[in-house]
Amino acid sequence: MFKIVSKRLLAPHIYLMDIEAPRVAKAALPGQFVIVRVHEKGERIPLTIADYNAEAGTVTIVTQTVGASTRLICAKEEGEFLLDFVGPLGMPSELVNETDEQLRARKILFIAGGVGTAPVYPQVKYLHGRGVKVDVIIGAKGKDALIFQDEMKSVANEVFVATDDGSVGFKGLVTDLLKDLVQNRGKQYDLVVTIGPMIMMKFVAALTRELNIHTIASLNTLMVDGTGMCGACRVSIGNEIKFTCVDGPEFDAHLVNFDEAMRRQNMYRTIEGVKDKELEEKDHKCKIGRDGK
Amino acid sequence: MANKIPRVPVREQDPNKRKTNFEEVCFGYNTEEASLEATRCIQCKKPRCVDACPVSINIPKFINAVSEGNHADAARIIAEDSSLPAVCGRVCPQESQCEGSCILGVKGEPVSIGKLERFVADYSRDHNVDLGKPGPRNGYKVAIVGSGPAGLSCANDLAKMGYFVKIFEALHKPGGVLEYGIPEFRLPKERVVKHEIDNLRKLGVEIETDVVIGRTITIDQLLNQEGFHAVFLGSGAGLPKFMHIPGENLNGVVSANEFLTRNNLMKAFDTTYDTPIYIGKRVAVVGGGNVAIDAARTAIRLGSDVSLIYRRSEKELPARVEEVHHAKQEGLEFHMLTNPIEILGTDTGWVKSIRCLKMELGEPDKSGRRSPVEIPNSEFNIEVDVVIMSLGTSPNPLIASTTPGLEVNKWKCIVADDQGQTKREGVFAGGDAVTGAATVILAMGAGRKAAKAIDTYVTKKFKK
Ligand SMILES: Cc1cc2nc3c(=O)[nH]c(=O)nc-3n(C[C@H](O)[C@H](O)[C@H](O)COP(=O)(O)OP(=O)(O)OC[C@H]3O[C@@H](n4cnc5c(N)ncnc54)[C@H](O)[C@@H]3O)c2cc1C
Ligand SMILES: Cc1cc2nc3c(=O)[nH]c(=O)nc-3n(C[C@H](O)[C@H](O)[C@H](O)COP(=O)(O)OP(=O)(O)OC[C@H]3O[C@@H](n4cnc5c(N)ncnc54)[C@H](O)[C@@H]3O)c2cc1C
Ligand code: SF4
Ligand code: SF4
Ligand code: FES
Ligand SMILES: [Mg+2]
Repeated sequence: MFKIVSKRLLAPHIYLMDIEAPRVAKAALPGQFVIVRVHEKGERIPLTIADYNAEAGTVTIVTQTVGASTRLICAKEEGEFLLDFVGPLGMPSELVNETDEQLRARKILFIAGGVGTAPVYPQVKYLHGRGVKVDVIIGAKGKDALIFQDEMKSVANEVFVATDDGSVGFKGLVTDLLKDLVQNRGKQYDLVVTIGPMIMMKFVAALTRELNIHTIASLNTLMVDGTGMCGACRVSIGNEIKFTCVDGPEFDAHLVNFDEAMRRQNMYRTIEGVKDKELEEKDHKCKIGRDGK
Repeated sequence: MANKIPRVPVREQDPNKRKTNFEEVCFGYNTEEASLEATRCIQCKKPRCVDACPVSINIPKFINAVSEGNHADAARIIAEDSSLPAVCGRVCPQESQCEGSCILGVKGEPVSIGKLERFVADYSRDHNVDLGKPGPRNGYKVAIVGSGPAGLSCANDLAKMGYFVKIFEALHKPGGVLEYGIPEFRLPKERVVKHEIDNLRKLGVEIETDVVIGRTITIDQLLNQEGFHAVFLGSGAGLPKFMHIPGENLNGVVSANEFLTRNNLMKAFDTTYDTPIYIGKRVAVVGGGNVAIDAARTAIRLGSDVSLIYRRSEKELPARVEEVHHAKQEGLEFHMLTNPIEILGTDTGWVKSIRCLKMELGEPDKSGRRSPVEIPNSEFNIEVDVVIMSLGTSPNPLIASTTPGLEVNKWKCIVADDQGQTKREGVFAGGDAVTGAATVILAMGAGRKAAKAIDTYVTKKFKK
């Protein structure tokens, strides 16, 4: 049992929770994730580690309610418990293996989309801790959906915001903003790290291929065990099949077959939709709405 | 040596009924049946059956106790050598182990050792038989990685010797393949697996789930920071293989491990559980081992029409004969001497059919089995909407890659000697992690040997 020591609403349908999990907190590195199970009959749900504090023994997760299980996670309150919380899983970001000199020589841009902004934060914070300042693009639907902007500003070099409706920052897609930065505002990057919805990462990868910038994407495939045992998370990387949970979740974005990954991600969509509907009907007082992405 | 009494048959659930439920197929012996079967054993002076049991259960002695009606004694005799008798009585390949060597088998049918063992274990559970207490604590700590049969049996022996034992398990439930792989209808989880694990807890063994060794904590940290005097690795061989043919990443293609894990560990067949499973109208299972048969019979129970696709002929099927027989009764269709070459999909990327080649048997290969050879121009399609790949598994490289000094061979198996000693001092290993995918009882045997070796090591190194 893992205690929820604090909980707060970051944006509509997006909650942050600090979980008491001393072993995970001590071992966590940027880029890794955990698997959470809420109750005895629950699914195993992967969530990226959004922050960690070894001294306090806590790990931060940020969850967006998109279906039945994420809804159950978000319905838990401060002081309550998650049944299972296992991690850190997956490979840490490749950047942790580089020396300070190597890192400082790089010009890095992070491109975050939606709830993916949360997992970008620990990476930017980690690099800041090693004396490396990076730029960040945060993409969101609008002002209300924007998360982690202040946290990011405190550890990044420059933070750029793109919103679909133009309610704050640049009006348009993160790819439009990236183009603007390198073509009109004299920005140069030799590494892009992108975390967000698959479709966004696909278009970021397509653009950075054109711009000839090496790019890493963090994939959020379906998962069951998260330990390399089932193969549900398999993706095509170049000509190879990789398991996202043990070989990833970060891969060379220019080698990822995004169309296949997106198709595979939706394999249980209908079944899960029915389950979610049942839950919604049973619990119609529940205030947490649904949000596609 | 003949025997007048024929082998007592065991009652089973009717095939037409059982193919729609997940209840156990085999009902097991009742007291009368067990007593009768027990009298068939001629109590050999040099029992060949014992030599053929990887944990050397004193078979004639426990069978004698059954024939005398001393079921509790029988349970204690088995407990001296096995901590999972209700499991082994159900899933051991007895025909190639204890029963395969029983003297009665030479001229007739061997004693039904497995079914008797199961009877005793079930009796022991239902009557709360006291199987003894752990020895006094000796002050030494051993960490066990993985809660499959290897880890459980190693833990059992060490706890009885007086060690403080802690098992670390990556998943949320202990049991390894017993919990996530072997289906409910062959091995009930609550009644059998959980109960045998609870017995271990009664010996003082602690189990910490949700800990992935190599990620959450490393072997070195266990030895240097958490004060363990030795470590046993029973991490199994859970990494599924794929065929690397076109179409293998279409929606609807899953590994047997994924299909079985969703259904067993996550209980997807029970709609009150949240984990989904994708059920096909027509399913093809590729492979011929126990895992393939289990996946096929699971799919049948979920309501699919199921075909088994295997490269060689039925004679070469590596699965247990008993289970192949059960599967046939339940309506599994066999496509033997058939090899998939491609999976074809719909416009939207879902499985539509599997394209295969006909094979014939050629010369025997290194394993002595006649190897299949393709028949040219024999391609044909089988219409299916789900394909379950069951091509074997290999050990997970995670522990080896995070433990300096641990060696693995070219099949990614951890290198360890007969006693389980790895290349790294204080680290022992056994079961599928060392041998590659094998059997429950071989994993248990390895766990027991390592327990002895660990005791010798700790005694020499730490005890004055
Ligand atoms: C490595 C990784 C990191 C992630 N990090 C975060 C995070 O930090 N915050 C966050 O809000 N979400 C994160 N996700 C996504 C999150 O796991 C899914 O939103 C969640 O599993 C949906 O479950 P559901 O029952 O609520 O919704 P469902 O209705 O079941 O599914 C909605 C969609 O989520 C995806 N999904 C469903 N089940 C799974 C599963 N078992 N594993 C992975 N994806 C699934 C599918 O695309 C599905 O169409 C991450 C996923 C992965 C793989
Ligand atoms: C579907 C199926 C059917 C089978 N049928 C039979 C049968 O009928 N008869 C028979 O004798 N055998 C059968 N087998 C084989 C048998 O189950 C295995 O040989 C046996 O379980 C191996 O035991 P083990 O303890 O070595 O490993 P496992 O049972 O695989 O257990 C290993 C455990 O270690 C855990 N683990 C792995 N890595 C880590 C880590 N880094 N940190 C923490 N924990 C970790 C795993 O989660 C798992 O729980 C079958 C196997 C399968 C898959
Ligand atoms: S443990 Fe297995 S091999 Fe040994 S006696 Fe029991 S059924 Fe036979
Ligand atoms: S070999 Fe057969 S008959 Fe002889 S002791 Fe063993 S079970 Fe009994
Ligand atoms: S989630 Fe099962 S292998 Fe990756
Ligand atoms: Mg779900």
